[in-house]
Amino acid sequence: MSIELVLHYLVSSSFIHGAGMTLLLTVTSLFFGVMIGLVLALIQESRTRTGQVVTFFYLWLFRGTPVLFQVIFIYNVLPSFGIKLSAFVCAVLALSLNEGAYMAEILRSGLQAVKKGQRTAGLALGMTGSQMMRYVVVPQAARIVLPPIGNQMIGMLKLSALVSVIAVEELLLVANQTASADFRYFEALTAAGIYYLAMTTAFMGLQILIETALDPKKRQRMRRVPLTERMLGTSKSFAVR
Amino acid sequence: MVVEHFLEIVGINKSFGSVQVLKTCSMTVAAKETVVVIGPSGSGKSTLLRSINLLEPVDSGDIFFAGENITRERKKAHLLRQQIGMVFQNFELFAHLSAVENVMLAPMKILGVSSADAHDIAVDLLRKVQIPEKADAFPDELSGGQQQRVAIARALAMRPKLMLYDEPTSALDPEMIREVLDVMAELSAEGMTSIVVTHEMGFARRAADRIVFMEQGEIIESASSDQFFGGTVNDRARRFLDQILH
Ligand SMILES: Nc1ncnc2c1ncn2[C@@H]1O[C@H](COP(=O)(O)OP(=O)(O)OP(=O)(O)O)[C@@H](O)[C@H]1O
Ligand SMILES: [Mg+2]
Repeated sequence: MSIELVLHYLVSSSFIHGAGMTLLLTVTSLFFGVMIGLVLALIQESRTRTGQVVTFFYLWLFRGTPVLFQVIFIYNVLPSFGIKLSAFVCAVLALSLNEGAYMAEILRSGLQAVKKGQRTAGLALGMTGSQMMRYVVVPQAARIVLPPIGNQMIGMLKLSALVSVIAVEELLLVANQTASADFRYFEALTAAGIYYLAMTTAFMGLQILIETALDPKKRQRMRRVPLTERMLGTSKSFAVR
Repeated sequence: MVVEHFLEIVGINKSFGSVQVLKTCSMTVAAKETVVVIGPSGSGKSTLLRSINLLEPVDSGDIFFAGENITRERKKAHLLRQQIGMVFQNFELFAHLSAVENVMLAPMKILGVSSADAHDIAVDLLRKVQIPEKADAFPDELSGGQQQRVAIARALAMRPKLMLYDEPTSALDPEMIREVLDVMAELSAEGMTSIVVTHEMGFARRAADRIVFMEQGEIIESASSDQFFGGTVNDRARRFLDQILH
């Protein structure tokens, strides 16, 4: 294997674009997935009969079929109904719709993990329903759902490779095309693998940062200790934790 | 002299499904009065308290608060609750906030008080409930008695006109009951109108102006503290008292 060639691929514009596309697919699909999941979770929370039926059907449909099937279906079937979307939009649509089904479950379990008594306490203080959700339920639920959402994010990065089948120029497609043009599979795929690992590692780091920011105890203790002391590790209160 | 009925409950009924939990309950509470509600488990004490701040809508009857009929205030229920503090058996401090933040939250987010002012209010109140040193502790770092005192401070931060306590010491170890009851007794002595569901007869003797006895959804007895402890009470109340005292 030629390390030089791997490096060459890593900095080539097609690989950089491919990685950028993978990142864009992941982030946008995750964003819309969370939004869809949130709507579904709130509908389920409201406990109306139609709401239950709609969400059950949604989850049944999108968790009961392969993502690859959903991607191909949306790309190939929507045009026959006169809906013409770019391959990228189809990819984001399929990945978001699928992600929404999983997000709904994660968000719902997060909301349910905040005990009823906490809500009652908020209402008893005189909060409106939305104030109670915003200041009491959501901050507590956020901490609970963050680790599974982080996992979904990494999962989504890997899932995004599937949309190479509808010719979205993401990392795997670029690697595959380059490899078959140059007959250098090992180098091209190694370069793609390095990008994937770099991105998952960055996501994990991000996850840890956000978890720390959301943990009120860690946050408060950080705030109380001046930055220089924190970095030098000279503070006692920091050493305790 | 006109007796000022600060809170007046007139014949309220409440059923959960086929079970009638409150049966034509009536009671009045004057301003600055402390009323202790006792009664066996399941007699409807919590439901009575929760119907006063409209957490539990009643089926019929009327509730007057400061002269206004509040019974059917659905839309403005939150405005009423801002004037009524509530303390729960399980404290229910917000787990994601420190003690001082728990007390600051409602004034800041509901009343729009600045964070600096809310902090001052909170520190004062934590001093009042005797735990200024725990301001930065989180609920899971506090003992039950400390948590309950923070919960009282949290309720007081809204400057309520009425305090409702639902078995505030039932979840506490014996050695912590006293510190919570002391805070409550002091508030009562300062003239905070209070309704307290409790089995702590020592507290009733010390702080209550009146004792209300409930059984199976009915208010069986409503006597002044002197009458009640002087022995002139209804037989059923007497039997219940004997049970919890021995
Ligand atoms: N949300 C509810 N749904 C159905 N039944 C309920 C509900 N809340 C209370 N009940 C029932 O109403 C009755 C009175 O309950 P309540 O909690 O008011 O009693 P309590 O006097 O406070 O009892 P305890 O001393 O055990 O706290 C009980 O039989 C209880 O099972
Ligand atoms: Mg009760």
